[in-house]
Amino acid sequence: MMARVPRSVKLMALGMAVIVLALLSLVIGKVWVPASGWFGDDPRWIIIPQLRAPRAVLGLLLGASLGLSGAVLQGFLRNPLADPAVLGVSATAALGAVAAILVGATGGAVVFGAAMVGAACAMALLAALSWRAEGVITFVLAGTVLASLSGALTVFLIAIAPNPYVVASVMDWLMGALTDRSWDDVARAAPAMLAGGAMLLFTAPALDALALGEDTARSLGVRPVRIRLLVIVGTGLVVGAGVAATGVVSFVGLVVPHLLRPLFGARPGALLLPSALGGAALVLAADSLVRLAPGAGEVRLGVAMAMLGAPFFLLLLWRGRGRAWG
Amino acid sequence: MGLTATGLSVSRAGRVLVDGVDARFASGRITAILGPNGAGKSTLLKALAGLLPASAGGVSLDGQPIGAMTPRERARRIGYLPQDGTVHWNLMVRDLVALGRMPHRSPYAAPSAHDEQAVEQALDATDTTHLADRPVLTLSGGERARVLLARVLAGRPDWLLVDEPLASLDPAYQLDVLARLRAAGQAGAGVVLVLHDLSLALRTADAALLLAGGKVLAAGSADTVLTPQTIAQAYGVEVEVGRTAGGIPYVLSSERL
Repeated sequence: MMARVPRSVKLMALGMAVIVLALLSLVIGKVWVPASGWFGDDPRWIIIPQLRAPRAVLGLLLGASLGLSGAVLQGFLRNPLADPAVLGVSATAALGAVAAILVGATGGAVVFGAAMVGAACAMALLAALSWRAEGVITFVLAGTVLASLSGALTVFLIAIAPNPYVVASVMDWLMGALTDRSWDDVARAAPAMLAGGAMLLFTAPALDALALGEDTARSLGVRPVRIRLLVIVGTGLVVGAGVAATGVVSFVGLVVPHLLRPLFGARPGALLLPSALGGAALVLAADSLVRLAPGAGEVRLGVAMAMLGAPFFLLLLWRGRGRAWG
Repeated sequence: MGLTATGLSVSRAGRVLVDGVDARFASGRITAILGPNGAGKSTLLKALAGLLPASAGGVSLDGQPIGAMTPRERARRIGYLPQDGTVHWNLMVRDLVALGRMPHRSPYAAPSAHDEQAVEQALDATDTTHLADRPVLTLSGGERARVLLARVLAGRPDWLLVDEPLASLDPAYQLDVLARLRAAGQAGAGVVLVLHDLSLALRTADAALLLAGGKVLAAGSADTVLTPQTIAQAYGVEVEVGRTAGGIPYVLSSERL
């Protein structure tokens, strides 16, 4: 039934959903700022441009990055279980940020820079591999090893932390959140996310061809090394910047392409733009919901995403909608 | 001119799979690459398609070394259909066949009328038009094989390099596919086929290249290459080569040597 609706209409509907959710996320929170408060001298107005707007923009960029890179990696690895974490970039970026926090960095810029250095290390290693490797298994294995190693080093760093306060702030950061992000955070993350996102969009035709296997894709003119580099550097930039600015938010990259495959078809290249929009919508919606939790604090976005997302995903599999990959 | 292998050797992981092959393939003709399992047929075909590097010698197309062409330029001229028939996602048949146009079109523009016409003709030629709006993973093995053939035909390449296209087809579609490849040959394309069925090779191919152990055992017109002696030497079986009352050639293996 949905197959009959033109793609452009479905894309527009997704785009509208993103806009509505972005506006909603400006209004929702511990302090409601109704439309009437946006005009005149309402003292609550300051919340909108200083807190809610950068948070909404960062949430939109983060969600689009995660959705897009998830769709690219599933297409590239030809595996519906892939998500941006398989390249190990989020783990090495988190390691970089944790190391910076532990040595006493408090400024967002230093933590951001350290996380990007961590992401760059993973990218450099994978890029070096991409000239030597045949096939994609090497990448998955290298990414898994990187993720385990970084995870172990992160735990080790926490274990030797000088005092419990630092540990608390590390744990707080690791859980992933958009809380209290400023325009400075947006300005740091946006260029890397936009550049990486553009690279990832360029992989679309090659991802389609790869559906017929690497040999056929090459016979159609695809250059494997070029595509690998686009995927590695593009994912590294968007995921690295995402982790650097918000901590670890999982699940979006895995689940969004799955949700959209029944709507937009299984052709990998056709899923990229919808997954970017769908990821943005999902993160904006989740980040609005976490603010509604009772009590003074908020549920962390990364935690909420996993707690809500995992059962939802299981339900999808249960109902057989996950069949879309065949 | 044509597609030429000169002293071509291909090694993988220290093993020589194709060993000093000299061969010329002509446009407008069907050449069958034959030989027992492990003789290097698929490796040779991939090297001819420019998908495997030569460890010695090389492949040239109309005098130009194949490695010196850009991947896109090569993809426009040489269509390659592998044996395994892998399709990783549940693509719509029409989208899958349209992938054959990839070397010809700008990926971010809508397909031209010429592209769409090529796709329709390829669907028609492989008798798969009625499957165009089906998801590919719902097709039978034979339907999928025809759809994949349509994909390579849609690119309208000068050279069709096809690895064992008959494997999952019943006899009627085997004859259809061979007729389709013959038509492509008559339209001027050079067709290079890896085949296992020696009777169909005799019946279809203008020329044959018989491989054993990565080396050329015999080359020439199909009926001079496929004699009981060369077949015994290559495959280790005793065969009868003959013709039916209607003049259709056959090869019947009788005993393992």
